[in-house]
Amino acid sequence: MSAIRHIAVNVFRESVRDKVPYNLVLFALMLMGVSYLLGQLSAGQEIKIIKDLGLAAMSLFGSFIAVFIGIGLVSKEVERRSIYALLAKPISRRQLVMGKYLGLVLTLLVNIAVMTVAFYTVLGVMAWMDGSWFRPHWGASALDPALLKAIAMIGLQLMIVTAVALLFSTFSSPMLAAGLTFGLYIIGHFNADLKNFEAVVDSRPIAYLARAMYYLLPNLAPLDVKAQVVHGVHVPAGLLLFNTAYALVYIAALLVVATFIFARRDFK
Amino acid sequence: MTRNARALAFAMTLACLAIAATGLQMARDRAYAPGPTDNQLLYVSSGRMIEKIALSYDAILADAYWIRALQHYGREHLKTEGVKTYDLLYPLLDLTTTLDPQFVIAYRFGAPFLAESRPNGAGRSDLAIALLKKGIGRTPDKWDYYHDIGFIYYWHLHDYRQAAEWFKRGGDRPGAPWWLKTYAAVMLARGGDRQASRFMWQQLTQSESAWLRETSHRRLTQLDALDQIDELQRVSEGFTARAGRNARSWNELVTAGLLRGVPLDPTGTPYLLDAATGDVGLGRGSSLSPLPTEPAAAPEMAASAPPPVLR
Repeated sequence: MSAIRHIAVNVFRESVRDKVPYNLVLFALMLMGVSYLLGQLSAGQEIKIIKDLGLAAMSLFGSFIAVFIGIGLVSKEVERRSIYALLAKPISRRQLVMGKYLGLVLTLLVNIAVMTVAFYTVLGVMAWMDGSWFRPHWGASALDPALLKAIAMIGLQLMIVTAVALLFSTFSSPMLAAGLTFGLYIIGHFNADLKNFEAVVDSRPIAYLARAMYYLLPNLAPLDVKAQVVHGVHVPAGLLLFNTAYALVYIAALLVVATFIFARRDFK
Repeated sequence: MTRNARALAFAMTLACLAIAATGLQMARDRAYAPGPTDNQLLYVSSGRMIEKIALSYDAILADAYWIRALQHYGREHLKTEGVKTYDLLYPLLDLTTTLDPQFVIAYRFGAPFLAESRPNGAGRSDLAIALLKKGIGRTPDKWDYYHDIGFIYYWHLHDYRQAAEWFKRGGDRPGAPWWLKTYAAVMLARGGDRQASRFMWQQLTQSESAWLRETSHRRLTQLDALDQIDELQRVSEGFTARAGRNARSWNELVTAGLLRGVPLDPTGTPYLLDAATGDVGLGRGSSLSPLPTEPAAAPEMAASAPPPVLR
């Protein structure tokens, strides 16, 4: 456990050295700039648009960090040949994979936490300047705590994407891993179509295959509750619990496969 | 070279290059002027397709299309030359509401923009109703959409039976205000009179939307102007009956003791008296122009409706 923690902390430090926190500055500047411009452009919808933009930016920035750092977690060690020094230490390959994963998840969670503070600050300032914390056509108050539900779901999505990137990082080159991860990320938003494939094709085997792919591939769309919380639509606790359980089980499966592949990899 | 000197040299080089790049661009634009930007370009017309492409970023794309719709409306509205076309308004609003079906303000702002008669709007009540019906399809209990459809039938299409039907349906929604059902009754009883208009616009002055509040205040002022024009028309006709000819100017009516002074509309612009016909209207340059086409009582209702109360 101690080895995993050490590796995770090192991954976090490395991401700080790699200037990953710079994206936080970009996020804050973008929100402030946009909030200034929106007053002129959006016909009273600035709070809604800042909420949409803030949540979308958290998801987008996080996805880029998850993919571009995730794909190098293992392959970079192999490229630099530092993997030999690491494996010579009393660390199992399973611990290495887990430590790398948790380190990047820690980076992402810190990133999201700081973004959340900046997000609520900008919303608070906007509502204060506007003089109203809630207007009927906003659907929800400016500082609606339900936004945290969407942020938590973004966190879970990013944890899945990180696990996917790490899995590909254990056996392929960074470029290929990036392509595959982005591919799965996109499919993750489309795969509800696979569930109802029998409505499109007549062939039963293909319909069954599509149904199997639906359950096999990551399903990210249900974790997207951004639009609901922005409009003040109730997101049931049951859905959040199911989403959390699904994400944790899916991540566990991906890490098991990543560990399995990495344990059998020959670095000679 | 010291560190500070290096930094200064770097900054100066960068500034020189930036100035050079800007100068070159200006010179190029003068020599080879870029073609006009096509503001009428929609890029994507299928809402379903763009919804798929957007992945989980559909709400932020909806915001972008909403801002484009506002800019399109504003640009056409303020245009001083050529015909005002609002051709992209419905497609942009349709894309916005497909990407974010719960974007209430896109339905509630978009529909009046579409329904408003030209040149202040697209003059497409049919599309305004279609947009609001789309909203009802997504959120059937949103009474505001029923209210807005009823209002379009009343104000723009002058179809009081349909208006009453939509107000009634809206009034049946959970959480609908009590006055929505009274709208339905008012429509059926006195669809075409000015008091009914005033009652409805007065309700809208309580709207949460600043734009709707401003619009309703303007409409109420226009209704006041219509009342005053009717009164002045009676004075003008009275003079014609007595003198056997039309008054040549307001001063003639003032001299005859029929008016105390040159009559001004609520914005302070003098009313216009047509010496040839004796007709009274808004003065040139009045910001109340054009006055709305007043809803007229439908023939089948006129028989059963009580006499209109005009002042």
